Amino acid sequence: MPNSVKLLLVDDEVGFVDVLSKRLSKRNMVVTAAYSGTEAIQTLRKQDFDVAVLDLKLEDMDGIEILKIFKKLVPTMPVIMLTGHGSEQAAREGVASGAFDYLTKPSDLEDLVAKIMQAVKREK
Amino acid sequence: MSKTKLPLSPYYRSLTLNMTVAIIVVSFIPVFLVGSTIYYNFYASYREKVYAHLEELVEKHRQQIDAFLVDKLADIRFLSRNLGYANLSDEAFLQSTLASLQRNYRPVFVDLGVVNGAGQQVAYAGPFKLTEAVYTETDWFQQAMNKEYVISDVFLGLRRLPHFIIAVKNTINGEPWILRATIDFVAFNDLVENIRVGETGFAYILNRRGEFQTKPLIDFVPSEGCYGHFFDCEKELNDGVTIAEREDDDGKENIYVTALLKDKDWLLVYRQESADAFSDLRRAQFISVVIFIVGGVSIIIMASMLSIRQVGRIKEADRAKELMNEQVIETGKLASIGELAAGIAHEINNPVAIMVEEAGWIQDLLEEEDFARSENLDEFERALKQINTQGKRCKEITHKLLSFARKTDARLQEFSINDLIEEVVSLSEQRAKYAKVIITPQLDASLPSIQASPSEMQQVFLNLINNAVDAMERQGGEIVVASRREKNQLVIEVRDTGPGIPPANIDRIFDPFYTTKPVGKGTGLGLSICYGIIKKMGGDISVDSTMDEGTTFVIKIPVREEHVG
Repeated sequence: MPNSVKLLLVDDEVGFVDVLSKRLSKRNMVVTAAYSGTEAIQTLRKQDFDVAVLDLKLEDMDGIEILKIFKKLVPTMPVIMLTGHGSEQAAREGVASGAFDYLTKPSDLEDLVAKIMQAVKREK
Repeated sequence: MSKTKLPLSPYYRSLTLNMTVAIIVVSFIPVFLVGSTIYYNFYASYREKVYAHLEELVEKHRQQIDAFLVDKLADIRFLSRNLGYANLSDEAFLQSTLASLQRNYRPVFVDLGVVNGAGQQVAYAGPFKLTEAVYTETDWFQQAMNKEYVISDVFLGLRRLPHFIIAVKNTINGEPWILRATIDFVAFNDLVENIRVGETGFAYILNRRGEFQTKPLIDFVPSEGCYGHFFDCEKELNDGVTIAEREDDDGKENIYVTALLKDKDWLLVYRQESADAFSDLRRAQFISVVIFIVGGVSIIIMASMLSIRQVGRIKEADRAKELMNEQVIETGKLASIGELAAGIAHEINNPVAIMVEEAGWIQDLLEEEDFARSENLDEFERALKQINTQGKRCKEITHKLLSFARKTDARLQEFSINDLIEEVVSLSEQRAKYAKVIITPQLDASLPSIQASPSEMQQVFLNLINNAVDAMERQGGEIVVASRREKNQLVIEVRDTGPGIPPANIDRIFDPFYTTKPVGKGTGLGLSICYGIIKKMGGDISVDSTMDEGTTFVIKIPVREEHVG
């Protein structure tokens, strides 16, 4: 792929972020990891991304809150929510607030990649 | 709930006793007060009436007897004064005088006699041969010589018959002489004998020595004391009528009504047994005692029945409350377990996700050439795949747990009943497996979706399936959950091959708190909650059971027209 996808991955589970970053990089994506809400927002202010993958539950901030800020900063960037099953309701709420879609953890990487590509294509 | 009557615990027994005693006391006090007040007043006024009646009776007779004596005395005095010694000492004249007296007064006067100052009878008219009789030594003669006249006590005298004498003294030429008349005892006796009241009331006259002056109706010895020798206690006897009640030697209570006669020489005594005089009172007393006893017994019976019934209700209410408390505690426990489980499930998702991703990373790396020719590549891949599969399985488990732990949501949603049944069946399968129960869904795929609360419906099927599993826990069996459509309603059957419900219990199974499970195992609320949920939806739930064959619960849910087709 000529243009690799620039992706912002936000999750406070360090182990999860690290392995997912590696796997996505292997699939020709440029992954920037953020381990907290504030870090994610700061990163987004400095850099542009094609897509963001956002966990719904972070230690410092609520995923929906971050989503709203993302949408304010870069309204055009699609956001895919990641959630444990219990907060599916919240994920749906996120979709209502402008998220592109959501996936429940643990999910197939192929599903995630497909969703990302879908989001990027729709954006472009 | 078992219907066998258990013996009451000490708490309920003492409650019953306290209630019974309280009711009895509260009922008895007014009955007793009113009863005794009425009885006392009745007793007093009745007694007064009886006394008044007897006093009047005795007073009347006293006057009558006194009048009789005064009359007869007046007659003799008249004869003595007007006819004179000369005439009267002539026996023929005396005879004719007696005859004329007897004509006027019937045979009251038995005889007449003229006695000179020495006590020698000089003339006699009458049935006895007493012409020459000498009375010097007799009481009446001696008294007559001192007084102007005398009325003697009753005595037998020379003739050996009871009689008494009226003697009037006069003088002729300074010599005293006496005209005496004998009064017929029978005629006098009649005056007293007429006084008869009730069965035991009669009268007699006593003299100062306590001797009978009349023949009493009953032969008896006048008792000692005032009435025997009234003389001794004269102070107590006034001029009028005296009334007293006392116990005689024979142990009987008697009423004595007395009045003094003949210048206080004689005593008219009326005697009647109290029991006889107050017989009406006694009857009233008896009736009131009977009423009191009957009333009392019925109060006691009523009080104990009432309290037993009330305590039964209290006990039932207490038990319901206790079960309710248990249920509340159970619910609270379940809720906290649910929350805990949800939290754990949620937290598990993250590490599982990391594990799955790390396995995926290894897989990614394996695809690089270095390992392509490794002998164990296939094994590695198989293992990684397995990790992935098991990770997904974990996800499914937490998924189920979380969806179950979600709070009961009564909000209506449109959903497929078949999906819900499958979800419940899969939730119950694990438990069923331990009980050797197989759950088979037989679902009609063409069913329309329904409008209901999924969590409530979930509860209904969970309850039914859990009950069926409980029923077959010992011997195992099969549960069939079947859905189909009948006209405008969905019919869902939950059939088991359990031991069945005894006919005696089948009418009560939907009652709240009715359970046949051991204490602490069931709250008796499951089926009644199901019933409430289905009824609220406008549906119906019924049960059909055959002993040793199985039980079928049939749920019918109406389908709204817009969902048809």
